[in-house]
Amino acid sequence: MASVALSEAEKVYIVHGVQEDLRVDGRGCEDYRCVEVETDVVSNTSGSARVKLGHTDILVGVKAEMGTPKLEKPNEGYLEFFVDCSANATPEFEGRGGDDLGTEIANTLYRIFNNKSSVDLKSLCISPREHCWILYVDVLLLECGGNLFDAISIAVKAALFNTRIPRVRVLEDEEGSKDIELSDDPYDCIRLSVENVPCIVTLCKIGYRHVVDATLQEEACSLASLLVAVTSKGVVTCMRKVGKGSLDPESIFEMMETGKRVGKVLHTSLQSLLHKEESLGPKRQKVGFLG
Amino acid sequence: MAGLELLSDQGYRVDGRRAGELRKIQARMGVFAQADGSAYIEQGNTKALAVVYGPHEIRGSRARALPDRALVNCQYSSATFSTGERKRRPHGDRKSCEMGLQLRQTFEAAILTQLHPRSQIDIYVQVLQADGGTYAACVNAATLAVLDAGIPMRDFVCACSAGFVDGTALADLSHVEEAAGGPQLALALLPASGQIALLEMDARLHEDHLEQVLEAAARAARDVHTLLDRVVRQHVKEASILLGD
Repeated sequence: MASVALSEAEKVYIVHGVQEDLRVDGRGCEDYRCVEVETDVVSNTSGSARVKLGHTDILVGVKAEMGTPKLEKPNEGYLEFFVDCSANATPEFEGRGGDDLGTEIANTLYRIFNNKSSVDLKSLCISPREHCWILYVDVLLLECGGNLFDAISIAVKAALFNTRIPRVRVLEDEEGSKDIELSDDPYDCIRLSVENVPCIVTLCKIGYRHVVDATLQEEACSLASLLVAVTSKGVVTCMRKVGKGSLDPESIFEMMETGKRVGKVLHTSLQSLLHKEESLGPKRQKVGFLG
Repeated sequence: MAGLELLSDQGYRVDGRRAGELRKIQARMGVFAQADGSAYIEQGNTKALAVVYGPHEIRGSRARALPDRALVNCQYSSATFSTGERKRRPHGDRKSCEMGLQLRQTFEAAILTQLHPRSQIDIYVQVLQADGGTYAACVNAATLAVLDAGIPMRDFVCACSAGFVDGTALADLSHVEEAAGGPQLALALLPASGQIALLEMDARLHEDHLEQVLEAAARAARDVHTLLDRVVRQHVKEASILLGD
């Protein structure tokens, strides 16, 4: 992971500040940095989103392709995640250097989506046991400024909200062979419901308190963190402890409560932003990286 | 010949441009704060990001350090969602490695490497959306990123692609025109002196037509230079306003 070297004095400064609920940039322990979300950034994908959280920059592209359903779930489509840690973020990610982090993040994404309610997979089925939609969710990590998991989960939710899957019809002729017909109207598509898509809230333990949305410097001071995947209703779908330090059981419960509280607020603001962007319609000014 | 007409009788291409016309170019420098230099460029529907780190100490084995100049290291990577068909590997395949070597060759010709002996300059290019002319977009973005990093260069490096259809040379090919299978020329030029940093051509072209195609590519590269120059001046003006000069 991209890390920054801190001196002992800087670490002590950060730790003491956090105990008083005052972080280096003036935030409280439960405040997020300014988040910029923009959808439909890359045009030849089914859906895309870009999230800028402080110095962390993530681009997610979703491509919908037709394939065969998995054997154990013949009536559903599925999602495939791939995370590319680009060398843009730090020279250490050149070549295969970013593969470890990429696999870790992809596995976490598989875990949090591995339940029946996050995404309605039955709507991705075209004909049982034969054809279904596979959504390839590709995450591109462009800049690393701390709190990767949160930013990536926000970007994945925004990209899934933006995804437009073309409507298809299955035509069966006399011999029983099936033909798949794509709709003529390019705007005739199905949208996914992202009501129950979870977002990850990372809580880093610094001293005796925990902080939400840690910067790189704060992550260097923390020994252990808890990743909590929370839906908009406050339901926890996945929980994971990361870091080389150890956590007290009481602090885990406290952090989980904070995670649920912060997660619900995050979801409401994200939903309102996505709906506002959608309401601007096709005349919306697309900024992308030029702004 | 394929059914798709690349150049109509009135002289219009598939997307409505004329033979020597470039696509719309928009660029921005200083996109990322943490890198030494960064830039973003959009040439029509092709979008590329370039990031530069350096000059810094050689990473990995010290034995690779050159005693009299800097080492230029390039990586070309294209996002899995950048092409129409999803790509499985963003980098590490043969085409990306070849592009990385070509970029390295291009920039070793332009960067004043003698000023930074025993150090390394990393140039990482990421293609976000590929619609033809990816090499040219990468070179243009990387030029802006190197300038943003403050690394001294001999001159701008401006690149453009060119093709040949029905006796006319086309400049700045899009994906549809590249996929049609005609000859394609990629040219990287140092505009002030007119020196060529990289020249590459695919498919068969009669040598009588070579000069015409080369001239079209060089003219297009000079037009790109005018645009990039404007972008750099705008960026410097904004930066000096922020600094309060």
